Amino acid sequence: MLKTLLTRMRFGNRTIAFPAEAPSLPDRYLGRPVIGPQPCAAGCRECVDVCPTTAISVADLHPALDLGRCIFCADCLRACPEGTIRFSRDPAMSASARGDLVVGHKAEAAMVRRLNHEMLRLFKRSLRLRQVSAGGCNGCEVEVNVLATIVYDIGRFGIQYVASPRHADGLLITGPVTENMKLALQKTYDAVPDPKIVIAVGACAIAGGPFIDHPQVHNGAAGVVPVDLYIPGCPPHPITILDGLLRLLGRMPARTPGV
Amino acid sequence: MSASDFHVCQPGTVIDRRDIAPVVFDVFAETITSGVRDGDRLLALVAQPSGTGHRLYGVLTLRDQGALGVIATDVADSFPSLTRQCASAHLFEREIAETSGLRPDGHPWLKPVRFLRSPVGVTEFFAMSGADVHEVAVGPVHAGVIEPGHFRFACVGETVLHLEIALGYQHRGIEPALVGGPGLRTIHYMETLAGDTSVGHATAYCQNLETLAHRPAPPRGMMLRSVALELERLANHVGDLGALAGDVGFLPVASHCGRIRGEFLNLTSLICGNRLGRGIARPGGVGFDLDDGQIETLLRNLKRASEEARDALQLLWDSPSAMDRFETTGSLTAPLCRELGIVGPPARAAGLERDARLEFPSDLFRFAQIPVSLWQSGDVFARAYVRWLEIIRSSEFIAAQLAAAPPGPCRAPVGQLAPNALTVSLVEGWRGEICHVACTDDDGRFAWYKVVDPSFHNWQGLAMAMRNQPISDFPLCNKSFNLSYCGHDL
Repeated sequence: MLKTLLTRMRFGNRTIAFPAEAPSLPDRYLGRPVIGPQPCAAGCRECVDVCPTTAISVADLHPALDLGRCIFCADCLRACPEGTIRFSRDPAMSASARGDLVVGHKAEAAMVRRLNHEMLRLFKRSLRLRQVSAGGCNGCEVEVNVLATIVYDIGRFGIQYVASPRHADGLLITGPVTENMKLALQKTYDAVPDPKIVIAVGACAIAGGPFIDHPQVHNGAAGVVPVDLYIPGCPPHPITILDGLLRLLGRMPARTPGV
Repeated sequence: MSASDFHVCQPGTVIDRRDIAPVVFDVFAETITSGVRDGDRLLALVAQPSGTGHRLYGVLTLRDQGALGVIATDVADSFPSLTRQCASAHLFEREIAETSGLRPDGHPWLKPVRFLRSPVGVTEFFAMSGADVHEVAVGPVHAGVIEPGHFRFACVGETVLHLEIALGYQHRGIEPALVGGPGLRTIHYMETLAGDTSVGHATAYCQNLETLAHRPAPPRGMMLRSVALELERLANHVGDLGALAGDVGFLPVASHCGRIRGEFLNLTSLICGNRLGRGIARPGGVGFDLDDGQIETLLRNLKRASEEARDALQLLWDSPSAMDRFETTGSLTAPLCRELGIVGPPARAAGLERDARLEFPSDLFRFAQIPVSLWQSGDVFARAYVRWLEIIRSSEFIAAQLAAAPPGPCRAPVGQLAPNALTVSLVEGWRGEICHVACTDDDGRFAWYKVVDPSFHNWQGLAMAMRNQPISDFPLCNKSFNLSYCGHDL
């Protein structure tokens, strides 16, 4: 008992100060992509040709990158001869509408809309989520799980993962929704009492990820259940997930881009 | 049966697949079953369409020779099942029946593995009858944040007599998608076969590509890849030990380890920016180099995290009440592990010296060995303690290798792949041995590519470990294996 307390004292408090303070991210971290304003050379499709998940399109000599499909491999960054595509260190990438995940060369619109007044009243200080792993590689589950550790401690925001959909205010879905998980996902959704919210975490749950268009998957959660918040990444950094959740709940200090 | 029926090779050698002359089926079956009986292991059993029928390939370890053996035979639309003589063929044969329609006659439990659209054989659960027997069904959506699977416990009272594990919920069609590759997505498939083993699977793939292109990775690339592999082991082992502590209600250790696991994930993200090691292993070496300053930071943070892990876990080993729950729980004996073909920490916890880093070393492990961590009791304690020993040794290995980083480039270009070639790679991932078998066509594209995750061998071990245990010990037993659902389902 004494040793346990001594170790606890030696380790100290390890919960990060985010969102009050900027998060600490590794030097090589890839955050929200930024598309430069200058037009591309006519006919150049280098970024389009190297993208493994067809996340990039070029129109009117400007590339656009779909964060929902992006698996953050940065092959486009390395292929782009002009340096038009680069990645910032901004971990805020989530959006309430699927279309808002497409990053173009023009200034960004708001991404996450906070819940409406009635939903905020219900969920802002107490949100219980049932996580459903619907295929994928378990990478997103790793990072979702990490939020419950003392480092991120989502409990301090009143967010908690619960065992039963009956106890939940919503679903947090990872994975592309495999054929073999479709029914289980639908049943779990149906078991959550109304009103409820759905959060899709990771490239798989948004668009199918690396498995996009495989006959065995359904290219994400939105084809099966209505989605209220999309959190991109492959897998998303825990800060990106936390940022998205807090914006949805209207609990992030105002800054741009964002609420 | 003599080993001359095998095509003998090593991981990292190219075989011309036309040189693998098919033997008659009886020789094929007898060679595999007698080999396994004598202590070899069945690494892979694959069926591929050939002419009007199928060609079966078996890949075995040949212990006496420190080598691998590949053997093939041609069959029409069915073959006599090997499972009754060789239990480790059980799941491979079910997989073959499901994916190719080829029928292993006499298979004792021919049930789909991944529940594809054309199911074969039985789909019900093994059932027991009797007034006191009851079933407990769990999943596919579990109570925690984990992957989907279905567990069917047949119990008498609290005691589990039989556990049947039904997987396949994570099936997303990776192996068929690899045919015709390598392509733009291939390396990303490898990194997402099992996300917590991104480095392990990607490394096995890279080694196959380098072998097929006859272009080994430069020493610095090998070093960084091996360091990333051991970092992956550290993060997962620390996390699992914390989860085990949590399952017996020892929350301080669970809390500390959950946090320290993150520190190890952050070490990996210092190399590549991603906590799961995406982008590190690349054909020809690694995608990211480290300068001296970055190596210094890595060493400093590694030292701190390792010391903290030691402090936190010492609390666990010093707690008699926690140890009482670990000891004699969910035991697997060495003979049973041998029979089922168990690999990785569960095998080493039962005293079996199975470690690809020692038996079939690749990359840096050819030059710098990590001692094999063994325990004898085969219970939850042994599986936990083997992980702890591995944490210490991997940590020392990483520190030593980074401190003596070889100079030079970290990646060499990989060119054209040899046509009509077959190669096998073996990597000791944190869950155990990862086996990839690549086979190319006339143009040097993948004719087929077989992935065997350690979980494929070990799920049956978990089911056996639960026999005659109280059902309340399932979370603890399950966590001590921590097997991959997606790596199994593919």
